[in-house]
Amino acid sequence: MEKRVTFKGIWLPLLLATPQMLITAIFFFYPAGQAVWQSLFIPDPFGLSMQWVGLGNFEFLLSDPYYRASFATTAVFSILVTLVSMGVALYLAVLADRLIKGSGTYRTLLIWPYAVAPAVAGVLWLFMFNTRVGVVTWYLGQLGYDWNHVLNEGEAMGLVVVASSWGRISYNFLFFLAGLQAIPKSVIEAAAIDGARFWTRFRTIVFPLLSPTTFFLLVVNIVYAFFETFGVIHTITSGGPQQATTILVYKVYADGFVGQDLGSSAAQSVILLVIVGILTIIQFKFIERRVHY
Amino acid sequence: MAHDAHTGMVERRGAGLWLTHLGLIIGVAFIFFPIWLAFVASTVTQPEIVRPPMPLWPGDQFYENYSKALTSGINAPVARMLLNSAIMAFGISLGKIAISLLSAFAIVYFRFPGRHVFFWLIFLTLMLPVEVRIVPTYEVAANFGMLNSYSGLIFPLIASATATFLFRQFFMTVPDELAEAARVDGARPMRFFVDILLPMSRTNIAALFVILFIYGWNQYLWPLLITTDPSMNTIVMGIKQMFPSGDDTADWPVIMATSILAMIPPVVVVIGMQKLFIRGLVDSEK
Repeated sequence: MEKRVTFKGIWLPLLLATPQMLITAIFFFYPAGQAVWQSLFIPDPFGLSMQWVGLGNFEFLLSDPYYRASFATTAVFSILVTLVSMGVALYLAVLADRLIKGSGTYRTLLIWPYAVAPAVAGVLWLFMFNTRVGVVTWYLGQLGYDWNHVLNEGEAMGLVVVASSWGRISYNFLFFLAGLQAIPKSVIEAAAIDGARFWTRFRTIVFPLLSPTTFFLLVVNIVYAFFETFGVIHTITSGGPQQATTILVYKVYADGFVGQDLGSSAAQSVILLVIVGILTIIQFKFIERRVHY
Repeated sequence: MAHDAHTGMVERRGAGLWLTHLGLIIGVAFIFFPIWLAFVASTVTQPEIVRPPMPLWPGDQFYENYSKALTSGINAPVARMLLNSAIMAFGISLGKIAISLLSAFAIVYFRFPGRHVFFWLIFLTLMLPVEVRIVPTYEVAANFGMLNSYSGLIFPLIASATATFLFRQFFMTVPDELAEAARVDGARPMRFFVDILLPMSRTNIAALFVILFIYGWNQYLWPLLITTDPSMNTIVMGIKQMFPSGDDTADWPVIMATSILAMIPPVVVVIGMQKLFIRGLVDSEK
């Protein structure tokens, strides 16, 4: 796509593009290049020089049981966050879509958790499930259930999944509701006249017609779970217990800043870069949606 | 009558309608509960919280807790952290919008050498969140002396092309006749940009601003790395710093008051500009 009408000049457009070029070069291309470059070295034990190891960091990572475990953790975490947040959102959107009046009110009530930062969501959920003062923990205790996400790996995963899904429900709800409202009512009415009950109509007509929205949300939510949930993990579990909630992005941070293992952290960045690349290509190829945050 | 029978097939009435409302109300309650609890905790005393179960209805310590948080906080006054967050969020949103408008204008309305290369280079930046290139980006910022500074908080997060793409898409839909007319009238390109293109982009700019403001306000990992001085902490990352290390009990009323303060600005933006927000969300995802 090109404009038919353009202005003349070479220096003006270059000047206009300069701020973006500069910032992108300094804070994007140079660091990304550095990540690739550093991933090929290991620092010596005194940190004085770097030793070339080629793909050694990658070989080490891919055979490292902790890294593989982090991969598995990330897969479980992302799948759960995607299912929980999309499932609840679809349920609420289907209900709101059934209303003739008032769906706007529910929309207003449901969208604003989108504005709550993942790290703040983490603090809110941590407070409810805190092992000493948490209100939910206390009531669970009254029911005879001893909640302790600090020690129990499954409970830790459950808590970060729910806290990460919570704010995301708003986002998915908005897109599902828009998708549902775009389905022509006549199609659904025709099925209803043919005697199809609500569940049958949903299964055979509504859900298939909603599939572009669903597929788009699937990709976007996986990207979210992979890259934007650092705040939740860091505030609630710090990757523990026993690395049970150390997702890949958390491990890049933990190894690079806490562990000071720059070569490994850089190699992990490169692997993540490849994953983002693949997800972006999927997004472009299968859904004609261009940009994500 | 016919109309009633018609809608009655699909939309539930009577008991069904109430069940629908009930389902939605349960959903809303589930969404609200964590925030309600945080608000209650921000209005009671510490002893009421550390001896569970805490009350589920607000207490009378609202003023005490919030004024303590705002004026002294735990590591730094929360008022200061709010200011830092505001500067960061405005800096990121306005900065990104400004550089993106200029470069999108250059790409769409000029034929300059390297245009395609430039376009593809910024296209690549769509793919890489700051979380992924975190260590080298930190080193760059450190080398520029940007640690504990507003420019360090802002610039690295502007380096992405999402907004540029949005404006490019929009400029492509602007009728060619407008540029044609401007050229015939002998208007300089910048005149056309300021007098015609900018006013036409108003809604897009506002919608994008809403999304970028929330994005900037809610940043966590980057401020965590780049601000070691508590007086430069942003509120979202500062909350975690308020928890004591070790076994001491956290000052929950102040922490929860801070959490509430941290969510007010972005929530006000989303609710107050709901239409623009939804438009921005849909625009930026397509």
